Amino acid sequence: MFDDFIIRAFVAGIGLALITGPLGCFIIWRRLSYFGDTIAHSALLGVVIAYAMNFNLVIAVFAVSCFIALSLLFLQKRTNLPDDALLGLLAHSVLAIGLVLLGILSFIRIDLMGLLFGDILSVNLNDVLFVWIGGSIVMIVLIIIWRPLFAATVNLELAKAEGLNPDLANGIFTILIASVIAISIKIVGILLITGLLIIPAAASRNLSSTPIQMAIISSVIGLVSVVLGLQTSMIWNSPTGPTILAIALGVFTLTLLPLKKLLISKKKIEL
Amino acid sequence: MNNNLVELNNCGVFRNQKWLVRGVSLKVSQGKIVTLIGPNGSGKSTTAKMSLDILKPDEGTNTIKKDIRISYVPQKISIDWSLPLRSIDFVNLVTKHKTSEINDALGITGIQHLLNEDVRNLSGGEFQRLLMARAIAKEPHFLVLDEPVQGVDYSGEIALYKTIQEIVKKINCGILLISHNLHVVMSQTDYVICLNGHVCCSGVPGSVIKDQEYIKLFGNNIDPTLSLYRHNHDHHHLPDGSIDESGKNN
Repeated sequence: MFDDFIIRAFVAGIGLALITGPLGCFIIWRRLSYFGDTIAHSALLGVVIAYAMNFNLVIAVFAVSCFIALSLLFLQKRTNLPDDALLGLLAHSVLAIGLVLLGILSFIRIDLMGLLFGDILSVNLNDVLFVWIGGSIVMIVLIIIWRPLFAATVNLELAKAEGLNPDLANGIFTILIASVIAISIKIVGILLITGLLIIPAAASRNLSSTPIQMAIISSVIGLVSVVLGLQTSMIWNSPTGPTILAIALGVFTLTLLPLKKLLISKKKIEL
Repeated sequence: MNNNLVELNNCGVFRNQKWLVRGVSLKVSQGKIVTLIGPNGSGKSTTAKMSLDILKPDEGTNTIKKDIRISYVPQKISIDWSLPLRSIDFVNLVTKHKTSEINDALGITGIQHLLNEDVRNLSGGEFQRLLMARAIAKEPHFLVLDEPVQGVDYSGEIALYKTIQEIVKKINCGILLISHNLHVVMSQTDYVICLNGHVCCSGVPGSVIKDQEYIKLFGNNIDPTLSLYRHNHDHHHLPDGSIDESGKNN
């Protein structure tokens, strides 16, 4: 069954969408969208290192992402600069270092377009396994740290005062983002992963009234976007990653329609 | 082993080349209410945070009894608009409670009807009550209330103080209460500490009703929930908050 590249693409894409749903919610709640972008930008350095040392790509990207996340924590403590300035500093300097290394190590040949925008149709069985095993681990850890993480998202001091360990939860959450970005590189690429994290969660916000509801609906919207996006890209022969995001944007637009109001006014007419 | 839930011993916090508060000692034991008063920036919240171990004192020691349940009602909480959060989700934020426990807590604070309401639709007073309900739902041993009556009108203030009295009666916890009002405190307060960068004075509150000055100001309709605190300062503060040493010569 996994011989067919289309099926592999569907399975990998669906696996990724399921985990980006709840993680994306936390990214929106905590205003971390630029953080996701920073980690994604720095992924290029991981890719270059992986090629230069002939090392597993996902693990190299994960290691670099974790290093960037730790650097951010360090800079937050040591400087008085606002977070967005620190993130801008990290994102672009690490991207620059990656590009410099890529130029020096001229023997490396990287499909830059594939790296930036992903190539879901080229995922192999290993990639699919990485997505599902990695994704399952991320999901399980997220469920375990949900309460302290969510409490810290609402109010850090309250969580701290009442005996949760929000700093640990925050640290683990950062690692989870790094892992998801690492496993998603091949599927949607480093420029688009933030979109897959944020657009379904944003659409879900318009439909939900509890946090858990928002996380689940976000996964469902991500899943629908992947399935429809893959099919559309095959019909129109369009690039897959961007098509998935375009569909997600379409769903987001639909959620802006005053569905609840329409339903209520219909009822009134019936009365 | 003494039965203090929390004890601060000569504690101080030093930030950005300056002491936010220094030399604070206080004890809260079971069933007792300690009220902190003082002007803005006097270190009340900082002191509360040391008693919760959110802030580690840079000087002195903070001791919190092991394995006690602690609840905190912070001075300010702003819920981000991106968070879909109902009252019930907020009560369950740190500890998951049974439905009956949640209903009890919301009942005591009088907002049972708002169980499934989105927190951002609550008024300021309703939100204060929700904060309180969340804090008491887990029946804490030690409860810290940082200006729980802010933004609440006079009658609402008395109602909230009555609620606090009910809480003490029901769960017999120790309370550290921070009040923005310099002269009027809750009658049930066992001890008042007046802060202004350090402990200015401390003592037991007097009764409002017996105080002629207060009756002159507010008439006889004063609610017995409130008490007057008489300050007993032996020093003056300069505009930057430091103590006026020249005054001591007088």
